[in-house]
Amino acid sequence: MRGPHSFVRSYFPVNWSLFFGELVSGLTLGSIYALIALGYTMVYGILKLLNFAHGDVYMVGAFIGFFVLQWLGGPLTTAVTGWLAIAIMFVVAMVGCGALGVGIEIFAYRPLRNAPRIAPLISALGVSIFLQNSALLLWGPQFRSYDTFDLIGVKSYHIGPNFFISNIQIFTIAASIALMAALTWLVVRTRTGKAMRATSFDREAAEMMGIRVDRVISFTFFVGSALAAAGGVMFGIVFGQIFSLMGFTAGLKGFTAAVVGGIGSIPGAMLGGFLIGLTEAFATGYLPGGSTYANLYVFALLIAMFLVRPSGLLGSPVIQKV
Amino acid sequence: MVGPNLQGGVPPGPGVVDQPRVGVDEWVANVDERREAQRGLTGLVRRGWERVPPAGRLVLLLGPFAVFPFVTNEGNLFRYGLITVIYALLAIGLNVVVGFAGLLDLGYVAFFGFGAYLYGIMASGHSGHHLQVEIAIPIAVVVTALVGLLLGLTSWRLLGDYLAIVTLFFLQAFVIFVNNANGGPSDFAYPFVGRVDLTGGANGLDQIDPLNFFGYHITTTKGYYFYTLISLALLMTMLYFVNKSRTGRAWRALREDPLAAEVMSMPVNRLKLLAFMFGAATAGFTGTIFGAVQSGAFPGDYDVGLLITIYAIVILGGLGSIGGVVIGALVVNGAPELLRSSSNARFLFYGVILLALLVAIRPWYRLVVVLLGTVAFGAIVHAVVVAAWPRGTAGHVQGGGAFGRALDHWVLIPTHVDRIAGWAYFVLILAALVLTLVRGWWRTIALIPTLYLASFVWENKLIEQVSGATRLILLGALLVVIMNVRPAGIFGTSRVEIV
Repeated sequence: MRGPHSFVRSYFPVNWSLFFGELVSGLTLGSIYALIALGYTMVYGILKLLNFAHGDVYMVGAFIGFFVLQWLGGPLTTAVTGWLAIAIMFVVAMVGCGALGVGIEIFAYRPLRNAPRIAPLISALGVSIFLQNSALLLWGPQFRSYDTFDLIGVKSYHIGPNFFISNIQIFTIAASIALMAALTWLVVRTRTGKAMRATSFDREAAEMMGIRVDRVISFTFFVGSALAAAGGVMFGIVFGQIFSLMGFTAGLKGFTAAVVGGIGSIPGAMLGGFLIGLTEAFATGYLPGGSTYANLYVFALLIAMFLVRPSGLLGSPVIQKV
Repeated sequence: MVGPNLQGGVPPGPGVVDQPRVGVDEWVANVDERREAQRGLTGLVRRGWERVPPAGRLVLLLGPFAVFPFVTNEGNLFRYGLITVIYALLAIGLNVVVGFAGLLDLGYVAFFGFGAYLYGIMASGHSGHHLQVEIAIPIAVVVTALVGLLLGLTSWRLLGDYLAIVTLFFLQAFVIFVNNANGGPSDFAYPFVGRVDLTGGANGLDQIDPLNFFGYHITTTKGYYFYTLISLALLMTMLYFVNKSRTGRAWRALREDPLAAEVMSMPVNRLKLLAFMFGAATAGFTGTIFGAVQSGAFPGDYDVGLLITIYAIVILGGLGSIGGVVIGALVVNGAPELLRSSSNARFLFYGVILLALLVAIRPWYRLVVVLLGTVAFGAIVHAVVVAAWPRGTAGHVQGGGAFGRALDHWVLIPTHVDRIAGWAYFVLILAALVLTLVRGWWRTIALIPTLYLASFVWENKLIEQVSGATRLILLGALLVVIMNVRPAGIFGTSRVEIV
């Protein structure tokens, strides 16, 4: 148990094995949070809406991945090789959740575009409850196991005397970085990305310039939800277990990551995600009561961020136009 | 511009052109006119309600509550009476935050728990302190309000949006904290005092002292009921006056348009914080009552489920409506209690669907088509399935009664239904979404299989978890639907965008 004494002790003869262990698990966790945060930040940037249902979309993504794996014959007897199975899980989960996100936008948020600010928030809350409890009803409260160990086999690589990293961790970090690079390319280089940026800058003006705003918003929801689904499948692969209430906390962390990085900013969400993941991992390893209260330390980070730099690390200060 | 509807009565003379009239606000006139135009029962009730003086309205609303303990037994008084009144008290506090000031406070339940735990720490056998109630309750309320102030201050500069996420996280942090702060090995060691058992952890903080005012002990459910009811009446009266006051007007102004309010030199952030603190204090106060009633504080009571319930009450009751909240509490608490037995739940389910159809479908012959069509559709499907797939009707509906037996011959109840019902639920959601897209007769026709599917899913899946997931699913759907149809809530006055 870590009391105040181990807190001190762990600093002097530096325990590199613990340090690198927490670093790697923080980066793994952080890449999942970053994927969730991207959806929040994109939707907020374009609609100024906190999409509470986003965490539950992530949960649905994890479950779709699970059912695809079952449909392929289960982890031990998959019809295809392990990595191909994982690729199929990712694609199906991302497309399915993308469609779910578009559906949510059309039915729960679109009719409320011009309503007072609080109405879409409450609607989002309703969607979140609906999804969460539907999952509870259909799939029950029990944990489901991905059994990644059987699927692809876990290898651990030694790099230096104290530095271990498993192939799953490498995969997660690399895949999420690849997804983020793809997203950045989409937003910065393509016509659609240009339309998204224009819409988030000024919706009315964008509409007048001939951008089909509704379509752009739907597309944003599709991309954001697909990224969340990828995060959900990654969570299943890394931690092996998924459950129907996993969306709530993850959504909260993802949103915190988006805020810490500067809401509306895509690189900010990535940075914030990794920061939150590292905070959680290092709090678990080093701070008093850390394994129980890791979430409290993340909360403290959020509050500290509000006090020091309310617009987030990479966000620009909010200027209200009248 | 003055709309044409203002020129009723005397026709304008030949020389009068259509021009704005000084001192007549088009919007006010429109609202007046619409109000006069409300006919039928609803208009009558509404106009009658508005003619009753405020004190009379309070009596009309709370009078039945005061009579209730004398016509019922202890158990029902607790479940239907006391809990409803506690919910109403909570919802009124939340209504100030959400309905008056327009802030989304998702940590409201944490303040409720804060009150209960603070009171428990100050006065219970668990902590070993037995502070006088007259001191403990004000301390609990003030401290809760201060915590609210501190929390609000952190998101001071962007109070609108970030408050939602800060408070939601606060609720999460609160639940984690009270679940673990039992001085166990995984807990903090506090500076100066070391490890302390603050909250009893997952087992809760037990043996909270009953309320005891100046030597008068409240021991019975009835006593707590009246104490809570009187608090509710006082709070409603207070809010009535606050609503009329300068601060109340300012709150409403900033809910309608924060920017305009700021331009009018209102201290917007200070007003928001005030509302937020007021909500926290109300929740804290209600928490002390709830702690004493339960003679304990348990972490599971202060979680997102309760938050949703309170939000549903506020939204059903109408944002900013004081009296509506009481009705909302009655409906939201009463309905799930009725849902506990599956045959009651069935009546409620079909009753609500029938009522919704009655209200929503015009003209009447479409309603007839839908109802007869659904019954006939079900009968045909049932007959076909009996012939082709006997297992499809082998089961029986849960709960009995003549209605249940009749349903047995109409709805499909397959054995081993789990997977089919899961897919049916999924298809039902899709069908409901498609219904919102099609119009006219197509919608009427599409409604028939959808209704039958709804009944199938209800009998095979939803009814299993009526007091758990199903209830929350329905509440969640209700929130979305109400926000789409009436963003101000059912009893709330709908607002008009002035552009």
